[in-house]
Formats: sequence, structure tokens, C-alpha cells
Amino acid sequence: MTTGATSTTPRQRWMAILARASAAELDDMLPRGARPAFTTLKPAETGTVMVQARAGGTGDRFNLGEATTTRCVVRLESGTMGFSYALGTDRAKAESAAIIDALMQDAPDQLAPAIARLGKAQQAARDLASRKAAATKVDFFTLVRGE
Amino acid sequence: MYVAVKGGEAAILASYDLLAETRRGNPSVPELRLAQIREQMGTAVARVMSEGSLYDADLAALALKQAQGDAVEAIFLLRAFRTTLARFGSSEPLDTSTMRVRRRVSATYKDLPGGQVLGPTYDYTHRLFDFTLGEESAATPEARPADAPLDAVMARVPDILGQEGLLEVEQPAAGDPAPTDITRDSLSFPAGRDVRLQTLARGDEGFLLGLAYSVQRGFGHNHPFVGEIRLGEVAVEFTPEELGFPVDLGDLTLTECQMVNQFAGSKHVPPQFTRGYGLSFGHAERKAMAMSIVDRSLKARALGEEVVYPAQQEEFVLYHSDNVEAAGFVEHLKLPHYVDFQAELELIRRIRAERAAHAQGATMPEAAE
Repeated sequence: MTTGATSTTPRQRWMAILARASAAELDDMLPRGARPAFTTLKPAETGTVMVQARAGGTGDRFNLGEATTTRCVVRLESGTMGFSYALGTDRAKAESAAIIDALMQDAPDQLAPAIARLGKAQQAARDLASRKAAATKVDFFTLVRGE
Repeated sequence: MYVAVKGGEAAILASYDLLAETRRGNPSVPELRLAQIREQMGTAVARVMSEGSLYDADLAALALKQAQGDAVEAIFLLRAFRTTLARFGSSEPLDTSTMRVRRRVSATYKDLPGGQVLGPTYDYTHRLFDFTLGEESAATPEARPADAPLDAVMARVPDILGQEGLLEVEQPAAGDPAPTDITRDSLSFPAGRDVRLQTLARGDEGFLLGLAYSVQRGFGHNHPFVGEIRLGEVAVEFTPEELGFPVDLGDLTLTECQMVNQFAGSKHVPPQFTRGYGLSFGHAERKAMAMSIVDRSLKARALGEEVVYPAQQEEFVLYHSDNVEAAGFVEHLKLPHYVDFQAELELIRRIRAERAAHAQGATMPEAAE
């Protein structure tokens, strides 16, 4: 679903989709009036994650700089805990995503189709950006070589 | 030495009001919205994020608005805000080979697997004004997509070239040690590559550009080639302790530059190309290129090259590349230095008086004769 090298389990995949969604998209998926009872274990909070990279792309690690990150942890009455960690400072989105993460563990059938739709839309946007870039593909040497 | 002063509260508060009015400009002109800055001043936002060392386009847009477009002031604001945030931890190391590429060019290899992709570049524009941008335009520009997307994964050029063994290998030291963080441990010398790269990543674009230029003009020992520049989105992952597995936080837009340089070789290393690396937040090619050239020139000591030029001297480069520190030290000279200056004034008056007295004393006996 994403290009994250290790995003492989279903839960990692839906968390990746939720991380890329907007607060409004998550409200559409799970309207505020239709939310299950939950307890907030870690209220939505904005902090940072230090982004590490590698020298030359493959070498020693170094600290590139930080990125704002917002997290939230909730617990449903079933006892299931939902987590959200995503770039940015949107606390409303973080809470929605944490509730959805918990619901997806309890009853995946309810929201899985909506998440799949969102994932598909995100993939379509990536695809379109890639196709627009592909239109600028160039082969300088064909132009020079000629016949 | 700076001695604090008191007073001036009313004047300072009035200066805030005047600053706010000046920042707003002519009120009959619509006020800028942050989304407009974020969307339409993207490279200014990228610079503030990179050198402010905090990836957040909305906050960088706010910083630019508050600073009236002054990049260094905006960077200062972002750095100051960063210190108020808790740090959850460190990400998994980025894997730029998984970048969803929007631009990727190589000046060294013509036929790359995946191809050369110009993307959104000013490189081949004529640098002539487009006066239509000054008009209220109705039409929204739209790029035409190709039928097929680019390859989902494009190998980085050095990874391809490296297979021949002609290129310096970049691999982690044994145990893949955690990097030093210069925001927590102050610089010490000799500095490791991790410290150098972090410092350069947040270093001033203009300063690094000047240094890179000096290397190219002969104040350095290497001749750089762009192995690859790539721009696009890379997923960033973080492993929260309580979950124990990596969570994909979303995408960062990044610019990466792999610079390839000549190297004659040494007793221990056969002749091969050496490398310099540049990586920055957002679309920031000039910065990434300058960073990669300076990264390479700072390898001089490790490669056994003679260290004679400014761009090769790590203390000089690393201590002077931070524009928040540099601006702070230069600009603090504007603040009242009355006590300081008074002391200097007294000293000069005394020396002059002593000298005058001495001269008078020296001429007196002559006059007496």
C-alpha cells in the first residue's frame, strides 16, 4: 500500500493509510456521532520524531532533522487499545485515527471497506503524480545521436 | 562583554505594534493566508524547514508570514518553537531508494534504469519574466500525465555504479551505531561524519553554497560530478516502544544529491571515485548540492588529503554554518553596549591623556635649557 520498507502487516497498512488521511476524511469514515465509547489513555499530543537518514543513502546513520508528529492512544470498552502516530500537528485527526485503529482490531469488517477506499484514493493520487513526472522523462542522447 | 540594560518597556511594546502594522502592509491589499504561502511559496517553505530543522510546512509558512519573508528570522522562529516540543524518539533510518520519484537526473550516466526525469525544474526555463503571473489568472495550470507511471522503485545511481567497485563504498560501521545529535551534544573535534552531515543539513544555504563554489573554483582538491539528484516522497517510520513495530508516519518530501568526485587513491585505497552526500527537506536542490560538495571536501582529513582550504577545515565550516547562531552573534551588536563602550571610551581618553602628559614632560626639559 505504501512504499515504507517494512509496512507489511494488515495493521501497519491501515495505520499508514490513516496517517496519510485528513481529519475530514476520518470524520467521514467514522462520524463523530457514531463513535463507540472510549477512554483516552494518552490525549492527542504533538511532539517530534528525529528523522534519521544514512550517509550516501546506505552508510552511517545521521540525524537529518526533526518532524512534527502527533500521537494519541485510546481504549475501547472491549479493552482494545488504539494507537495513532502521524506526521503533522492535527490532534483531532490523531484521536479519530486511534479510535479507528482500535475498531479495526475488534471488528475489521465494519471499517475495512472505507479504509480500502481511502488507500485506493491515496494510491491513485500517487499514481497521477508519477504519471505527470513520467511525462518529463528525457533521453538527452537520443536527441544528440540522431541518424 | 554585554551588560544588561533596564527600561524601555513602553517603547518596546510600541515597536511590536508598529512591527505588526508594517508586516501587514497596505490593508487594502488582501492578507496572505498560510495555505497560500505553503502552496505557492514552496521552496521558501522548504528552506525554512531544512534550516529550521523541523519538517512542518504549515509551521514554516507561519514562520515566513510572521518574519515578513525573512528566511533566517523564520528559521529562528521554527527552531525556537521546536524546543517547546517533546521528542517521542528517533525514526527508522530513511530509505531513499524507496522514494516515489518526481524528479531524478544524473549528469554522469546517460542511460539509467528508470530513466532521467526532469520533473518540476527551473533548469531549462529561460529565466524570462512571465508577466501573466502578475495578472489575475482564471486558468489553473495543469500538467499532462503520461500513460504509465515511473518505475515504482528506482535504484540510486551510486548503488548501480558501486557494483563495479569504482566508487567509495558507503556502509554503516560495525553495529550500525546510533548517530550523535548536535542539538543535545555540542560539537567536538574531530567531528564524525554523522555530526558533519547533521550540521550541514541545517546549515545556511548561502554559506554552504559559497563554500561549495570555492571548492569548484580551486580552493579545494576535488572536481564534483552530479551522480544523481532525486526529488520525491519517502515514507518515514517510527517504532513506538509500546507497539514494538514500525509505524509509517506519512511521507516526507526530500531532495537528495549524490556527488561523485575524483580521487587519486592512496597507499591503502586504489584509485576510485569518492562521494559527497546531500539531503534536505522539501525541494531544495541548491542546498543539497552545496551540502554534498562540502561533505566531500570535509573528508579531506580521512582521505589523507592536505587540509589547506576553508571548505576542508571542519572547525571553520561547522562552527560557522549555522545561520541562527551567526545572525545572533552578528546582530546582537545592535543591542545596547553602553557600559562596554563607555569603558572603551574611558580607556582611550586615559591613554591619550597619558600620552599627552608624557609628551609634555619630555619636551619640558628642552624648553628649560
